[in-house]
Amino acid sequence: MTAHRLLALADGPLAGAAFGNIIVACLLALAVATFWYCRKNEIWWQALVEVFSRRRFSVLVLSLYVALALADSVSWVGGGGGEADGVLSHEARSLVDRFFSGSTEKSYSSPLAAAEFYDKTPLVRSRGHLLGTNILGQDVLYMTVKGARVALLIGGLTSLIAIPLALFFGMVAGYFGGRVDDLVFFVMSTLASMPSILLLIALIMVLGQSTVSVCVALGVTSWVSFCRLARGETMKIRELDYVVAARALGVSHAAILWRHVLPNLLHLVVISFVLLFSSLVLAEATLSWLGIGVSGSWGQMIAQAKDELSRDPIVWWNVAAAGVAVFVLLLAVNRIGDALRDVLDPRTLGEGR
Amino acid sequence: MSALLEVEGLTTTFPAGSERVPVLRDVSFQVRAGRCLALVGESGSGKSMTALSILRLVPRPGRVEAGSVRLDGRELTRLSVPDMRRVRGREVAMIFQEPMTSLNPVVSVGRQVVEAIELHEKVSQPAARERTLGLFRRVGIPDPEARFHSFPHQLSGGLKQRVMIAMALSVRPRVLLADEPTTALDVTVQAQILELLRELQAESGAAILLITHDFGVVNQLADDIAVMYAGRIVETGQRADVLRGALHPYTQGLLRALPGRAQSGERLLEIPGRMPSPKDVPAGCPFAPRCPEATPACTAWAPRFTEIGERRVACLLREDRGELG
Repeated sequence: MTAHRLLALADGPLAGAAFGNIIVACLLALAVATFWYCRKNEIWWQALVEVFSRRRFSVLVLSLYVALALADSVSWVGGGGGEADGVLSHEARSLVDRFFSGSTEKSYSSPLAAAEFYDKTPLVRSRGHLLGTNILGQDVLYMTVKGARVALLIGGLTSLIAIPLALFFGMVAGYFGGRVDDLVFFVMSTLASMPSILLLIALIMVLGQSTVSVCVALGVTSWVSFCRLARGETMKIRELDYVVAARALGVSHAAILWRHVLPNLLHLVVISFVLLFSSLVLAEATLSWLGIGVSGSWGQMIAQAKDELSRDPIVWWNVAAAGVAVFVLLLAVNRIGDALRDVLDPRTLGEGR
Repeated sequence: MSALLEVEGLTTTFPAGSERVPVLRDVSFQVRAGRCLALVGESGSGKSMTALSILRLVPRPGRVEAGSVRLDGRELTRLSVPDMRRVRGREVAMIFQEPMTSLNPVVSVGRQVVEAIELHEKVSQPAARERTLGLFRRVGIPDPEARFHSFPHQLSGGLKQRVMIAMALSVRPRVLLADEPTTALDVTVQAQILELLRELQAESGAAILLITHDFGVVNQLADDIAVMYAGRIVETGQRADVLRGALHPYTQGLLRALPGRAQSGERLLEIPGRMPSPKDVPAGCPFAPRCPEATPACTAWAPRFTEIGERRVACLLREDRGELG
């Protein structure tokens, strides 16, 4: 099975982190390209400025997450701090890894504690663990910060799979109608009629458990709703005068889709991207909780911490850190998405406020 | 001199239930180069459908069933799809009724005209841009440099229609289909746009098919008139002849309903009843149920065209006059 081999390749020689970094680089390039496009286009630039001024705080929070994710993506082998540990010195370590190096304890400690949680052995870094440590003695703050990269990677990569897929099929189905539409709609209905979690589990079983395969599985199951939206909107645009006018000028179907339909769907793309992004981060948390998620994600932190919640006294900081991290990210993203929707509403598009 | 655009026996149908209903039936007319033919009729009489049928852009599930459209002797109905695409815009361009919605809202107007030029001609970006600015100047858009970068929502209806006209004229088409080009505009702007169309026609010698329901517009621009009713042409002739002495009872009714002709204080005459929908056009003369002069024969036989001089009329009651005149 080629897909399987491809994914295995991605996780094999190009070890997880390196492949992840390629994706991070792609996402970054895309973000820069988007920014550049907006800069050149008056309407989009206005919208961007408007969103920024309405949601300064959310944008700041999101930028912090992105900065952390980038800091965790810049990695190299060797260098200070790692020499003491023979294993560490052969692995590429990111800025975040280096910042937190040597912070591992032997077991639990509560936030800012001076000693371990159960026996009172003094910690290596007394009062140095802002959010305490987990059962393996790993610094919880460190784990939480590392989760940012995983979350953005899942949200970004999956959207990158799902949105072009949805756009293509939605536009083609909506524009040409007839048999093509029937076919696309049949596929969409079939996907939508299956419980998505079952489909996800089945796909991950087939593709194997890795970051990329989880993203592919999530992408395949999550494109339907946006596809339906794109299809409906395309059907509407198809009937508009400027499409008929373009036809009367002799513009081909492909050019109409590219020049007239797609640009008028872009506001939907942006809004859907934001909404999809947050739902994907949540979906991954669910998968991790079921034990088939991506390693190092917040979902996995929560899954690992669930047994600790039944201890007495409760070990709460682990689950709380991951939960708050997810919550704050999704809140920021949703707030920005909300502002985007207001700003990009076609009825108010480009109007000075 | 033979006609530039010849339409003959054009029939377009839409499905209704199990059968196909004609929205255009046997439509024939000719437009010569440098002339303007006004296609006049009520809403729903098939005027716009005629223009779309000429361009082979009838929205699905409708289709052109029969008839021929010849542009300078070339049969358009049998052209391949890519050939037809080259005809559209390049040789036959169309101006739409609604300037508000006929421009892509997210592309600057200058860019849209540039794209229209680049579609049909191999020109460099700066050359296309120069030509667009020239066109903007020609159609009377003030400050073309600034307007080039404007988006449609930043322009008034009149300016947008001027942009549409600039776009339609960008590659110097030989036939211009103007579908109610001034309906959405207020009266002063309307007069300017019509004046502009007339000047442009005089310059380029293009043939114009003007679709309108407004006799004021007809008066300003048209050389000839074709009156449509229920998907059929009922009367054609030179403008002055038709306006002075309409032959078909429907045309006479339309002219009587014009405000300009009545004395002040007098009630305007209306044509009783409504135009039938394409589904239930009666057998015989389609206008018979509303016609003040209808005879029993009118509901039984479909009228043929009677030629009276250069005029043609489809009315049973005028058939005898044809033989006389």
